[in-house]
Amino acid sequence: MLKKLFTVLALVGSASVMAAGGNAVHLDKAPINLKDQASLQRGAKLFQNYCLGCHQMQYQRYSVTFRDLGIPDEVGMAELAFTANKVGDYIKNAAPKEDLARWFGAPPPDLTNVARVRGPDWIYTYLRTFYVDPTRPFGVNNEVFPLVGMPHVLQELQGIPTKVVETKMVDGVEHKETKFETDGSGELSTDEYDAAIGDLVNYLEYTGEPTKLESHSLGIKVMIFLVIFFIFAFLLKKEYWKDVH
Amino acid sequence: MFKNFMNWIEYRMPFMEKMNLHVMQYPAPKNFNFWYFFGSLAMLVLVNQIVTGIWLTMNFEPSAERAFASVEYIMREVDYGWLLRYMHSTGASAFFVVVYLHMFRGMMYGSYQKPRELLWIFGMLIFLVLMAEAFMGYLLPWGQMSFWGAQVIISIFGVIPGIGDDLTLWIRGDYVISGATLNRFFALHVIALPLVLVILVFLHIIALHEVGSNNPDGIDVKVPNEGQKFENNVSDKFTFHEYFTKGGKKIIVDAIPFHPYYTVKDIVGVVGFLLIFCAVIFFAPEGGGFFLEPPNFEPANPMKTPDHIAPVWYFTPFYAILRAIPNDIAGAIGMFAAIIALALLPWLDRCKVRSVRYRSTLHKVNLVNFVISFVVLGVLGVLPATETYTWIARFASIFYFGHFVLLWWYSKNEKTKPLPVRLS
Repeated sequence: MLKKLFTVLALVGSASVMAAGGNAVHLDKAPINLKDQASLQRGAKLFQNYCLGCHQMQYQRYSVTFRDLGIPDEVGMAELAFTANKVGDYIKNAAPKEDLARWFGAPPPDLTNVARVRGPDWIYTYLRTFYVDPTRPFGVNNEVFPLVGMPHVLQELQGIPTKVVETKMVDGVEHKETKFETDGSGELSTDEYDAAIGDLVNYLEYTGEPTKLESHSLGIKVMIFLVIFFIFAFLLKKEYWKDVH
Repeated sequence: MFKNFMNWIEYRMPFMEKMNLHVMQYPAPKNFNFWYFFGSLAMLVLVNQIVTGIWLTMNFEPSAERAFASVEYIMREVDYGWLLRYMHSTGASAFFVVVYLHMFRGMMYGSYQKPRELLWIFGMLIFLVLMAEAFMGYLLPWGQMSFWGAQVIISIFGVIPGIGDDLTLWIRGDYVISGATLNRFFALHVIALPLVLVILVFLHIIALHEVGSNNPDGIDVKVPNEGQKFENNVSDKFTFHEYFTKGGKKIIVDAIPFHPYYTVKDIVGVVGFLLIFCAVIFFAPEGGGFFLEPPNFEPANPMKTPDHIAPVWYFTPFYAILRAIPNDIAGAIGMFAAIIALALLPWLDRCKVRSVRYRSTLHKVNLVNFVISFVVLGVLGVLPATETYTWIARFASIFYFGHFVLLWWYSKNEKTKPLPVRLS
């Protein structure tokens, strides 16, 4: 029974690796800077406009986001919180959950902790590697998440992306390079789009662990204290142990 | 005034008397090295787990509906909730780090040998309860790894012929892991097992103080008084409790009072430990995905299996043995045998010399073999069980058990070096 379980887990595992995009694709490094409040604010705005329709952030309150991103409550409520009545509300949507699951094949996951589950680099690459694939229900596929159930929501920003595989000869060895090119019909240029995704991922990195900056600044103080304490503890020990040596 | 108060207490409960016995006038060998920090560090981590655990319990809600959300609430909205949670989650891993090193210290210096067999057994019981405590605690955040890790580990009990299925049903309290399982694990994790753990630690220390601490040379510091003289005996400077000197029937050699000498030394160890511990808590609380695993930031979903399920790192050496053995029942037996073998060390090791310093080269090699096979198994337990890895795990398992068999075989007539008379 146990071996059966291991086998089943191995099978399900490899199947879900396929389904969840766990295959080994090179991931681009996400430009994370949690101190850049302007970037986080832009990211929050993108999230509210493009993601919240289907995905929720049900463990994070608007008030927490506003406080940490330096957004006054009145401004935040007017500009960002379309679905909330109170600043203390969680970042949720009113979408019909069962319908969403039926339309997309699976319920859209909550995104509060997505950066801690997937890692920021995965999200940064994922959102920049959608490409046209007529065999898919929504006409798009994804490089890091093959057979993805999500449509390319950011198409109006990026334009229609296509996957281009270039074969180059470097020192007599064939190198395949995968590129994603847009038809230019989007509102943003490629660089602007990358920057926007960078902001969004930065925001998701923040919501994954809103206390990270606090943790780092407190951590430095604690470490300095411990180093000083260590010196005194060591000297105290030496003083006492004079009797022994 | 204070003196009167202390006398009043002392008359009714021998507080100072017991403090003298166990702390101020307890003879500890003067040559404790780096490896002797881990006992006091294990106590420190135990206190850390209990204190942070109490505060986490104030905001944690043990139900399938609310467990995950309440942990997120602690992380985001409770004042310093993130710190309490990281101290607790990092503390769990730190506990196993210090306990494994503490156990290895015992193996190196033969601290399990006569007369410390019962002390070792209490230690092994602490280790067992600690594993149960950690396993049950890991279910509480109700993340994907909590759920699926528990699924795998509970199913191990299902291989027992005849009663297996009923036993797993009894453990879970349901046909699947559910809120019922979470509730009972919570009860066991926050009260039953910590209580047992504290009692066992108390017994471990009482047993230790009865037989006295071993040391890196593995020779006794309390010797029968036959009128012999010991030159430059540091112990002459100090007063030790009558319980240890037996009214002059024993001479204490090269030992010093636990307090203040080892209390001030242990403070250095504690601060050194805290430097590493706090670096993890504040700057890398996930411990590279080993202390907090990425899938555990997703709520438990019985319909969706994570890509790869591995128990938390401190279980993986034993888990690798389980997976390496092709037969279910044999695998489960092998896994438990790996722990039982450690508990039997006082009887498997038939050598009279304790410390590795004065034992044969074969013993040294065998000890290195144990460390390597344990670490290799630990690494393999994290990785998926491919065919190659399974074969490596099989060899590592043979080497692991081989340590104990070899030890039993050569320790009877082992060629040891002469023991020193005094501590080096």
